[in-house]
Amino acid sequence: MGPDKKLLERWHDAQIVLFGGSAGSFKILFRIIKDLPEKLGKTVILIIHRKKNFFSEIEKLFSENSRMYMREIEDKDILKTNTMYIAPANYHTLIEDGGYFSLDVSEPVWYSKPSIDVTFESAAEVYGNKCAAILLSGANQDGAGGMLKLRESGALTIAQEPADAEMPEMPRSAINLGAADYILTQDEIFKLLLS
Amino acid sequence: MDTAQGIISNAQVQELIDIVRKVHGFDFSGYTKASLKRRLTRIMLLNKFEFYDLKHVLINDSDFFQGFLEEITVNVTEMFRDPSFYKAVNAQVVPYLSTYQHVKIWSAGCSTGEEVYSMAILLNEAGLGKKSFIYGTDINTEVLREARKGIYSLRNIKSYAENYQYTGLKGSITDHFTILYDAASIHNELKQNTLFSVHNLISDTVFNEFQMISCRNVFIYFETFLQERILDLFYKSLCPLGYLCLGSKETIRSDSFKSKFKVINQKENIYQKVGT
Repeated sequence: MGPDKKLLERWHDAQIVLFGGSAGSFKILFRIIKDLPEKLGKTVILIIHRKKNFFSEIEKLFSENSRMYMREIEDKDILKTNTMYIAPANYHTLIEDGGYFSLDVSEPVWYSKPSIDVTFESAAEVYGNKCAAILLSGANQDGAGGMLKLRESGALTIAQEPADAEMPEMPRSAINLGAADYILTQDEIFKLLLS
Repeated sequence: MDTAQGIISNAQVQELIDIVRKVHGFDFSGYTKASLKRRLTRIMLLNKFEFYDLKHVLINDSDFFQGFLEEITVNVTEMFRDPSFYKAVNAQVVPYLSTYQHVKIWSAGCSTGEEVYSMAILLNEAGLGKKSFIYGTDINTEVLREARKGIYSLRNIKSYAENYQYTGLKGSITDHFTILYDAASIHNELKQNTLFSVHNLISDTVFNEFQMISCRNVFIYFETFLQERILDLFYKSLCPLGYLCLGSKETIRSDSFKSKFKVINQKENIYQKVGT
């Protein structure tokens, strides 16, 4: 069964799409960046937990395989359509009122920097119902609070079906907090993304 | 957790900025708002303050302000953060510095001093220790007090061991410290060539001439118009062909300054002053 009509409409209306992923999300994220079309007509932001690596392996691997133009966020980058941004390691990524990113090196949140909560909350403040957020596999609670803020501000929020995630804790936390509009399996997520 | 946002409105943030400027003389109007708001929210949560409580103490309790200043500015720092940056300095800037009789370096926004001592270690290993002097400045007197001490928790220092290793410097980071129980104190020979002092990038001016200025992960908190003002200060504070190092995600965006600073290392954002 395909995604329901309401979900489809909200997805198509979204201008900013945020993906949060942690442990166990690599495979699905890799497929996402490979499958998303070059001209999606949206701004895509990836917040992925990772060790502050010095060699930017994920960034390189992703940008070599993505169809959409991909860029690691630098301070004061302007959010553009048809661009996929990846939050840099060892910084929090915030979104400013004027439609640009700012970075922050303050304390980790949920032991994580980048923290998904920080970016989600900031997106909720600035873009509210123009956002869609998808929270994927992970082993901690980061992202749940931020996704709730997004949902409260009218954004479309989707948690990966925990039973379908390599690490269920992260999407489950969001679901338990009442932050998810929809709970979708990987296949359902892909049907939506490519609809 | 400090994840809550939106407790205060943008108008209230503006009100606090005005109070801090009028009462304490610090101008935060050029700071990026999302981060500032997050810090203010955090201060309110830590103190269990409503907006009006915060307003009240900012106006009436002068002792509160020092702690406020410490919380509002981000003082998270590491030794040898971004090891590839230190590698690049070693390869591309040190040869230039070594041509000088005396080397003066300014670490702007030095917080608790970790970067100053990282640079001191690097220069010492390069054989420039005796002839170089590093000035560390910050707006915050409390963090400077910590910086001057040069004493860190052993646990923290050990957490920088991996960074140190990636810089390619010989030995290990603890070689540069005297360890006593759970404290690590930076060696005196490294400390004696440093000076820590208050300097406000927003309101203070040129105070010396430097061969190198390092200002890393400070611009991320500033709007671009303020970055430009400070770039001008740096330009004036550098000797001809002096080097400017920004954070690895901070670039010079303004066209007028792009022509005044030549890119030496694009990835690490190391620039060289050109023209006069």
